[in-house]
Amino acid sequence: MKSAQKRAAIALVGVLSVAVTLTACGSSEEPAAEPTGPVTIEVAIDAGLEPEAISAFEERILQFEEVNPDIQVATKEFTWSGTTFAAELAGGTLPDVFPIPFTDGRALIEREQIADISELVAELPYADQFNPTIAEAGQDTDGGMWAVPISAYNQGLHYNRALFEEAGLDPDNPPATWDEVREAAKVIADKTGQAGYAHMTQSNTGGWILTTETYALGGRVVEGEGEEATATVDNDATAQALEMLREMRWEDNSMGASFLYDWSTINQDFAAGKIGMYVSGGANYPNLFTQNQMNPDEYGVTVLPLEGDDAGTLGGGTLAAVSSAASEAEQAAAVKWIDFYYISKLTDQEAAVAEAEIAARTDQPVGAPALPIFDQATYEQQQSWIKDLVNVPLENFAPMTEQMFDQPVIPEPSVATQEVYAALDPVVQAVLTDEDADIDALLADAQTQVQGLLDRS
Amino acid sequence: MTTISSPLRATAPAPPPPSPTRPRRARRGTPRQWLRDGGLSTLVIALPMILVFGVFSWFPIGRALVMSVQETNLVTAPVFVGLDNFVFVLQDPLLGKAVRNTLWFALLALVFGYPLPLAAAVLMSEVRKMRGLFSALAYLPVVVPPVVAVLLWKFFYDASDTGVFNTIAGWVGLGPYPWLQDATSAMPSLVLEATWAAAGGTVIIYLAALVGVRTELYEAAEVDGAGVWRKIWHVTLPQLRGVLFITLILQVIGTAQVFLEPFLFTGGGPNNATLTVLMLIYDYAFGSSLGGNYGAATALSLMLAGVLAVLSAVYFRVTRPWSS
Repeated sequence: MKSAQKRAAIALVGVLSVAVTLTACGSSEEPAAEPTGPVTIEVAIDAGLEPEAISAFEERILQFEEVNPDIQVATKEFTWSGTTFAAELAGGTLPDVFPIPFTDGRALIEREQIADISELVAELPYADQFNPTIAEAGQDTDGGMWAVPISAYNQGLHYNRALFEEAGLDPDNPPATWDEVREAAKVIADKTGQAGYAHMTQSNTGGWILTTETYALGGRVVEGEGEEATATVDNDATAQALEMLREMRWEDNSMGASFLYDWSTINQDFAAGKIGMYVSGGANYPNLFTQNQMNPDEYGVTVLPLEGDDAGTLGGGTLAAVSSAASEAEQAAAVKWIDFYYISKLTDQEAAVAEAEIAARTDQPVGAPALPIFDQATYEQQQSWIKDLVNVPLENFAPMTEQMFDQPVIPEPSVATQEVYAALDPVVQAVLTDEDADIDALLADAQTQVQGLLDRS
Repeated sequence: MTTISSPLRATAPAPPPPSPTRPRRARRGTPRQWLRDGGLSTLVIALPMILVFGVFSWFPIGRALVMSVQETNLVTAPVFVGLDNFVFVLQDPLLGKAVRNTLWFALLALVFGYPLPLAAAVLMSEVRKMRGLFSALAYLPVVVPPVVAVLLWKFFYDASDTGVFNTIAGWVGLGPYPWLQDATSAMPSLVLEATWAAAGGTVIIYLAALVGVRTELYEAAEVDGAGVWRKIWHVTLPQLRGVLFITLILQVIGTAQVFLEPFLFTGGGPNNATLTVLMLIYDYAFGSSLGGNYGAATALSLMLAGVLAVLSAVYFRVTRPWSS
């Protein structure tokens, strides 16, 4: 009898132990207390990088671990994709630190799907120096910064200098009006046989670029924010942009033969010399150079022509966010990584030079201009620190850099951004593939559809 | 001596048939008996398959049933919405377009993709030499990974005058054609690639079935003076009808679920010309980086599954007399 009691007691202890263990495992919502030992974080590294770029990244990790001996950094390939991000978020497969576009920041913060690192970010010396328009993308309604802006872009008109020269155009004087864009496109198409002006149309990019063109002509596709947001797709500027595309496609025959481009494929064809001009993020150069091996001497970029009242250039960017599953210690380590890897190269001379030296040594682009996340002075100071290491042809960026600070930057639609863009993809495709496409009818349909999307959001 | 035939005897009911001898298996349903009958070993053998099916098939189906009546982004708590997702899908103007496109794809695939493998198999079965080589060549496209095949065909379909197909067309003074870049020609272009990619597998099935056709039937037909076509019509096809019915329904189900080609070739464009039902499901689920409309996606998936189940049941019911 005594033995049976003993066995029962042992069994009970065993069951309780398992239960306690399981309870401990299951209570992941409570962040663990600040550990005293080392912490490991997983950080995102772009998928598909060249070996040199991976080496540069790994070298930065070693530098980080040297100054933060209690933090181990592991890498995980991650490139944000609109189609897979939600599943990765739900599945808990995101790294601890990952980039997201400006368009997702507010919604993720409202739903508390990323970690609240605002107190940690507030302690950074430059926390209040972000460009306010850009900082908004990563802030909650009280101004707490849950996600840190790490890069920003304004849309630009990218052009192939070699095709310009071949067509007899001056690559140092790119088009400054939309009429000139159309004329240059026709000349390029006629003289070189390549597409004079190409347009993205797939995977929400058609809507993205159509919205950009609409902004540049003074229109908006969505007015207001939050529950006040209203669809304004059916407006004169969007109609004008579509009419311009129709004329270039069907009257000038200057848009080539491919009308199903997305961001990746249009970059490939542009880098391969098949496209004279296209609109995309002004900071496209690293992708064109590192992943598509474009000849730097052939690259050119300028600001978008702005015409009409209230015209502006569409701006966006990238935020660094931290997984909501990260413990307090991991969040603290993650913010240190964000500061070290993404920001310090913009604010600290030593870090800027160190980053640039690695990049230059591994044949990565150094000094490619981009819209600053702080102010123009900070940006120019950072550029001056690394000027001896710059390996991109800055003169080819001059048409952009000489004018970009004078252009108003207009953020993307704040509600259901990707869905709005997706709804506009078929509109662009219809105009480019159907000579008889009725632009007014297409816009009326899109207006109804986008309003429906806003109502459901 | 009189014989009295008893009416009673005449009308007496036949004795009841002897009751079948029941084996004396006491307590047949007891766990002990189940073990003695080999139930455990049966379960152990079947367990991996049950687990695999359970985890990868039945559980997702069950989850889909639940999600179809929920509004969820997979992260925050789901909300029960009844049949709202089904109503949303049925009111979506893109649904009609997707259904028409899918039927168009299925029809084209049936017209071009169904007879082709059969013809190829019959011709190959007539070949005496190098049949293995022809079989391998026919099957080769099936071995090519689908994504690779699509990327390959994208080069073929390059709409510029330097594209592979347009170059070939140019040799005889035709083209250039827009192929995937035009709403009219995009879907036939997808069907062409899909037929190329899938025909090999069906050819192998037909070839295997043709081996089973008894040679005496051909010999008898020859004695009756039948030529090649009459032998095919009166011997080969009737002998293959069981296989033909199966491959037909498999093709219909497969084409109703077409996704890979429109997804990789055109993304459903241009202007939704290749948007299929499965593409629409995908767009519902993954159209937003912030959590798609998973409820609508699962609702449409269930509706598609229901339609295909009914179609299959009707098909087998109708063709049962012919296939037996």
